[in-house]
Amino acid sequence: MQNIKRTILVAVVVVSSISAALLAPALSAQTSSGDAAVKEIEKYRQALGDGNPAELWEARGEDIWKQKRGPNKVSFEQCDIGMGPGKVKGAYAVLPRYFEDTDKVEDLESRLVTCMVMLQGYKYADAKKNHFGSPEHKSDIEALVAYITAESRGMKMNVSVNHPKEKEAFEIGKKMFFHRGGPHDFGCVTCHGADNTRIRLQDLPNLTKKEPAQRAYTSWPAYRVSQGELRSFQWRLFDCFRQQRFPELDFTSQGSIALTMYLAKNANGGTLSAPSIKR
Amino acid sequence: MNNIPVAKFVIAGMAALALTSAGAQSAKPSPADIVMKASFKDRGQAKVDRLEQDETQRLCSQYPEKRPMDVARKIEALNMKLVKYPADGKLLGDWKEGEKVAQSGVGKQFSDNPANPSGGNCYACHQLTKAEISFGNIGPSLYNFGKLRGFTEAMQRYAYGKIYNADAYSACTNMPRFGHQGILTEQQIKNVTALLMDPNSPVNK
Repeated sequence: MQNIKRTILVAVVVVSSISAALLAPALSAQTSSGDAAVKEIEKYRQALGDGNPAELWEARGEDIWKQKRGPNKVSFEQCDIGMGPGKVKGAYAVLPRYFEDTDKVEDLESRLVTCMVMLQGYKYADAKKNHFGSPEHKSDIEALVAYITAESRGMKMNVSVNHPKEKEAFEIGKKMFFHRGGPHDFGCVTCHGADNTRIRLQDLPNLTKKEPAQRAYTSWPAYRVSQGELRSFQWRLFDCFRQQRFPELDFTSQGSIALTMYLAKNANGGTLSAPSIKR
Repeated sequence: MNNIPVAKFVIAGMAALALTSAGAQSAKPSPADIVMKASFKDRGQAKVDRLEQDETQRLCSQYPEKRPMDVARKIEALNMKLVKYPADGKLLGDWKEGEKVAQSGVGKQFSDNPANPSGGNCYACHQLTKAEISFGNIGPSLYNFGKLRGFTEAMQRYAYGKIYNADAYSACTNMPRFGHQGILTEQQIKNVTALLMDPNSPVNK
């Protein structure tokens, strides 16, 4: 038993904070082989899907969307996230995309920041504040992300790279994906460039290949059981780079949007299931 | 002894080559390089200079899957020169300590305390012992490593060198260069070598 506890503890550290308490029953049920453990974890994942607290973020996000906010006291209902002012349905399926008013390619999170600045009158630094929430400081951006992505649930990803700036973002994102550096020589490709790989017992999607790229991308954002928070795609990239031993990916930076564009385009045709629930 | 002038010439030539390519790079960074540099910020021990690439990282990024044979041989040759063996000539440490290094995944992240020793996180990618069922598969199974290959000094040297700088043996491997990049200390590498090569290690049971 001691050995099992230690194994689980290490897995928590390495695979980035699996909830030990929740995993313990699954792993202690057997010790004979890795395959059996993988199956137990799969059962645990299915059990999680029965109730998804992401609904709480979705409801809060809808409220925030409709509130009059900021120095200008305007709601997001005049915010154009790609389908026209106030239109939310299906918007996430075509993001990131080029926006004429900013002359930039923007993802969902950066577009929300744009609306907070241009429409609601917030200062840029204030708009970006608290982008990743904690139990003490819930993030408004994560709630908005939950609401907006839920409104595209069941729709197919359909990102365009027709505009030259969209194409440029895709190419930069692709280069970032394959960029190896830092003390460990890691790049995104180290963990996400081959089929059927795992870190410890954690499956890794091959993001260079259509089917696994679709499955992975369309399941974000997600409620993370181990953190008790709903996490945006910007968070997903931020935390990957931490584990890659890279410096901090700046929230809504051009590079973060470019990499999102590369991954979103690779997921085109996949059906959105987000916000999902993950360990 | 005849080799020495040739070796010097080769090293000088490679240094010149490295300078030229570094010069060419700094003269004209790609749009992606410019965007990347502007998109990260220093945090804790992880500074933005970690985005800068050495020759190995640059070539492996340029050729992520297939690479010309001469590029692969060049990467292996330049990394082979960077392998440093222990001055005392002893390659095997304590396998029990090596097992701790293999289990630990901490180190070098901006969320890690740089005062603490890093782990090797071997189990993230390799099977090593029968007892540990939580292992990854990015690297091959190393179970019975010494038992299958023989407990020879040549194999100890190979294991130590591979942990120290894996690119010397396999260009653009996913495995970090634990010694060359200063992730693990010499003593830690000796201990992991013992985990693989000590007949009493659970790896060889």
